[in-house]
Amino acid sequence: MDSILSPWPWYVAGPLIGLMVPLLLLLIGKPFGISSSFRHLGSLCSPNSKFAYLKENDWRKESWNLVFAGGIILGAFIGGHLLSAEAVLLLPAHYASWMGAFKLLLGGVLVGFGTRYADGCTSGHSIMGMSLLNWPSLVATLSFFAGGLLMVHLLSNLFV
Amino acid sequence: MRSFIALLLGTFFGIVLVKSEVASWFRIQKMFQFQEAHMYLVISSAVVVGALSIALIRALNARALAGESTSLKGKDFHKGTVIGGALFGLGWALTGACPGPIYAQIGSGEYLALITFAGAFLGAYGYAMLRPKLPH
Repeated sequence: MDSILSPWPWYVAGPLIGLMVPLLLLLIGKPFGISSSFRHLGSLCSPNSKFAYLKENDWRKESWNLVFAGGIILGAFIGGHLLSAEAVLLLPAHYASWMGAFKLLLGGVLVGFGTRYADGCTSGHSIMGMSLLNWPSLVATLSFFAGGLLMVHLLSNLFV
Repeated sequence: MRSFIALLLGTFFGIVLVKSEVASWFRIQKMFQFQEAHMYLVISSAVVVGALSIALIRALNARALAGESTSLKGKDFHKGTVIGGALFGLGWALTGACPGPIYAQIGSGEYLALITFAGAFLGAYGYAMLRPKLPH
């Protein structure tokens, strides 16, 4: 029980995340991915949008993705409250400030905009796309890391 | 039935994201600072399992539960793959969350992640707005 309640090592977590690929594909016939949920939410909230990207997207056909996102919230509640011995801390305490809120909002905009522009995120490109040995997904993954390294090593100094 | 399966798989994924701390800002910082291998090993082993699964599904020509085809076409390359990818990377380092972990942080009780979520929604909306003008 202790090994379930403490943080899981990479050799447990990685393969379990990898299993999302065959499970989604075989059980509901869909490729693994989650960032398109932001597009579907946009289409859901503005059905008569003047933007083709939202208007021409049939979110009902992809509603599984929104249910999947809801499941992540539920699972995270279970993982954080029922399956953890100690309170789980996923964000630093100093983010509970105006500066922290600004970073989260700006970062969130970059995540939403960037993943839609790149047509995928860590799930859709790094796990699903690379599992297909699809080279654009490798390029996308390298680009994710280039952006992350740039932020951590250079740009984060701008936010002190 | 389909929705129920999607909910179950999402729940499973959410548990793993929290328990592996892939949804942790601290782990993301340590990844980009090359202080620990955890995230690299999680992603690499996930890709190995994913790729082996795909190879097996293709070799067996397996179909999905309701008979859907399992043949997948990879995503195409365009300028956004690099530009959008790098912009996402900036946000990933800043928030400590890629899209799945945004939902996971909210579910685990990190309610500040609701701000990240609002930002991501706005960002995707902004992309819809600017899409015709962006290089692809």
